[in-house]
Amino acid sequence: MSTVAGTNTPTTSAAPVADEERKAQRERWALLWKSKTFIAGAIIVGIFVIFAIFGELIAPDDPFETNPLNDLAAPSWDHLFGTDRVGRDVFSRVIVGARNIMIVAPAATLLGTVLGTILGLVTGYYRGAVDDVLSRIIDAFLAIPVVILAMVVITSLGPSNLVIILVVGLVFAPVIARTVRAAVLQEVGMEYVAAAKLRNERTLYVLFAEILPNVMGPVLVEFTVRLGYAIFTVATLSFLGFGIQPPAPDWGLQVFDNYGLISGGYWWPVLFPALAIAILVVGVNLLADGIAKAFER
Amino acid sequence: MTTAPPATAALELSDLEVAYRVRGDWRRVLRGVTLQVAEGESYGLVGESGCGKSTAAFAALRYLPRNGRVSSGSISVAGEDLLAMSDRDVRRLRATKVSMVYQNPTGALNPSIRIGDQVAEGFTLQGVADGEAHERARAMLEKVQISDPDGVMRRYPHQLSGGMNQRVIIAMALAKDPALLILDEPTTGLDATVESEVLDLVSALRDEFKSSVLFISHNLDVIARMCDRVGVLYAGRLVEEGPVGEVFNNPRHPYTVGLLRCIPRGGATKAKGKLDTIPGFLPGLGAELPGCVFADRCGLSQEICVQKEPDLYPLGDGHFSRCHFHEQAQQLPRVESPTPIKVEHANGQGTPILRTESVRKTFHQDGHDVRAVEDLTFALGAGETLGLVGESGSGKTTLARLLLGLTEPDEGSVVELDGTPLAGSIRKRGREQVKDVQIVFQNPDSALNRRFSIQRIIGRAVTMLMGEKGAKMESRMRDLAHSVRFDVRLIRQRPSELSGGLKQRVAIARAFAGDPKIVVCDEPTSALDVSVQAAILNLLAELQADKGVAYLFISHDLGVVRYLSDRIAVLYLGRLMELGEAGTVFESPQHPYTEALLSAVANEDGTKRARIRLEGEIPSHADPPSGCVFHTRCPRFIGDVCVNEEPDLREVEPGHFWRCHHTVEALRELQKTPPGGRVSRGAEET
Repeated sequence: MSTVAGTNTPTTSAAPVADEERKAQRERWALLWKSKTFIAGAIIVGIFVIFAIFGELIAPDDPFETNPLNDLAAPSWDHLFGTDRVGRDVFSRVIVGARNIMIVAPAATLLGTVLGTILGLVTGYYRGAVDDVLSRIIDAFLAIPVVILAMVVITSLGPSNLVIILVVGLVFAPVIARTVRAAVLQEVGMEYVAAAKLRNERTLYVLFAEILPNVMGPVLVEFTVRLGYAIFTVATLSFLGFGIQPPAPDWGLQVFDNYGLISGGYWWPVLFPALAIAILVVGVNLLADGIAKAFER
Repeated sequence: MTTAPPATAALELSDLEVAYRVRGDWRRVLRGVTLQVAEGESYGLVGESGCGKSTAAFAALRYLPRNGRVSSGSISVAGEDLLAMSDRDVRRLRATKVSMVYQNPTGALNPSIRIGDQVAEGFTLQGVADGEAHERARAMLEKVQISDPDGVMRRYPHQLSGGMNQRVIIAMALAKDPALLILDEPTTGLDATVESEVLDLVSALRDEFKSSVLFISHNLDVIARMCDRVGVLYAGRLVEEGPVGEVFNNPRHPYTVGLLRCIPRGGATKAKGKLDTIPGFLPGLGAELPGCVFADRCGLSQEICVQKEPDLYPLGDGHFSRCHFHEQAQQLPRVESPTPIKVEHANGQGTPILRTESVRKTFHQDGHDVRAVEDLTFALGAGETLGLVGESGSGKTTLARLLLGLTEPDEGSVVELDGTPLAGSIRKRGREQVKDVQIVFQNPDSALNRRFSIQRIIGRAVTMLMGEKGAKMESRMRDLAHSVRFDVRLIRQRPSELSGGLKQRVAIARAFAGDPKIVVCDEPTSALDVSVQAAILNLLAELQADKGVAYLFISHDLGVVRYLSDRIAVLYLGRLMELGEAGTVFESPQHPYTEALLSAVANEDGTKRARIRLEGEIPSHADPPSGCVFHTRCPRFIGDVCVNEEPDLREVEPGHFWRCHHTVEALRELQKTPPGGRVSRGAEET
């Protein structure tokens, strides 16, 4: 073997190439941090996260303390968002109420994403009969309205945070599975998958170590998008009485508790928790938009 | 060159600078390119990828990507200044005067519009009434030699082959009788025989339409065949220009010299010596190059080359070279010493390392049985290279997958490794067997997991195939990197951070991780530029001499196959048509199909062969022709015997097999002269 061939090995020229790539990586993060939608979303969600963690410390009043002498007081300096029909401070209840939804919605989304990703990997990888059967089941699931399905399950199992997480997670899984499956289908055709088989890798390794890292982009985007839906779904379930039970300061529950009073002109115990839901959903969606753009290939 | 353009130039680029905006910086892609395509002339633009060939083509249509701009210079098409035009006028120009044919024909046609309507649109745009437009479209399809124009008009692009689609595109391009036709790698994705047909067609139509042509290709042979003049582009600079024969036979720029030396042709083989390569890499996009753009890769480079940009020196007869030392260009020192590579192999004799018998593979598709591989019997000796050639759909890749255990062969197929039967599926093979048969894929971008570091890619293969971990694994990984000339310092990089050649080296290192006995090379260099291809071919030959591995080498490039192979197998419709020593297969007498394939390349002594055109499409696997499957296209067709009886694969000379009714003597005699025109098949059968 000749040693002259060694001159073909780049030493200096490859360095700029590597720099380019690192620069591109940095640019991607910079893009995320420069993105106004992402920053706005991050700020909104960040505030709610702080509410969820330090709720009682921030809240000016005890969210559970009733005061029959001061019920349905209009917003004032004493009670920024007014009081509800048993005289609890609405502002404090909105702040502390973030906790429940900020635990249940992300947990449900996480569960749905994990299940959906596994399902998507399996259906996309095996194709054939496995895919046909699972995909038809997924289609069947997708045909049932989420809230109705959730109501049926919760009625039979009884409402609790755990049940809501399970139900919402399970309902979301098929949707996420579809997206992941599409991404996996592209990856399975790649020759690195064949190369892995050619060194006797187990299927589990191929799925989770080889393919999964390459579909993390879509998985992440799907997670953030679904999180928005989850917040809405959880709030809806609470509103319908299928969520966490009174006297918890849950937003959906607050709206449910007080919406009958709107006709009497008492709008504040309903408007503020509803606004909180809306703002959080918008914040999460802004976040999702920013991430989707940065991870677009 | 500041002389005023002749009024007749079909395309005139003068001092054209194009830049792309990449992450905020403007990077020069074309550096003062000046060229003219005279009326009726065919001008070729060659260079490796990233040199700016396609940018020049897009600029000629003022069709740069969003982030591109012409920073200075001028472009004129048929005397009209393109840069001064309104957008509306540019569209009119594109609709009437300039046509472009792209590399990927299927992508260039709208998949949801029938062929007839797409071709006719070119005429309706010019204000021709609908009915007449379809009439003319039909006439155009006839001109591009589509056999059933009425049928094709009704079909959709996906129902036609790549070669047919490319003809449709050429028909569309010529429909408006353009002053300038731009062909951007028009045959790169096509099979050799189809490429040949398409090129013939373009030449014939050029004579008829008198269009001027700008022909872009990385393939020097294609350019040599199609063009009057050629420009060699490097890093956005035109480094050499002149009449095709003059530039290719008497190159005066070191880049051109190097490029020509990289290509295995004229019967080059590993036994005759290593291929020369061009060291180093193309400068990065928009790099500041005050001197000669090629200086850092040039063996003749001197102080002045780095400091001063050379002028375009006129060498007479319209031949120009942008090199300070153009007189010495041909003395460019070789990078690779021309030492022959030691060739030792069992040559199919003794116990073969791999033996197959009656290997078949049938796919079930929409209720049809598609026989991808039919009755393949061959042996591969230890340390031998068996070249596998054939058009797409001939079953080359299916065969590779069968041997690797990625696809299971039909019942009754026998594949033996070192005398022991190999299970059809890799899951049922023992660890030793798995590591013994490995592959280098065509496209390293798809073959290397883009999320893994090189270290992990090679290391994992060492761990899985050799069962080595920790320090032992590390040291073996480094040895492997070293043996493929991969700089160990780059081992933490991801594939996307490396050039194509380096990525392919990693893929080769991975294939060699378990000291395999057989490595299948599936078009390992077809995604690479010629200079990189030469380096990879040298590496494969060296590794073989070093480790005694046997290669099954698949390629559509006959020069490359000839360079590396000891024996060659020719496949057609999943059947082995000819098998023999490389030299024997490349010489007459040979199977008529091989003869036709080889007619596209030059003889061993460099003389041109008479071109044999294979008529018609490759028949469908689902419904192969009766008798000899090649009889529908065979230039040496005998008669009924070919239609009715399938010939056996028989040994016609020692070690030389073919599947043909002709005898050796008959073909030897026949092949002294090129085949005459065949009477059309239909007429004979009725």
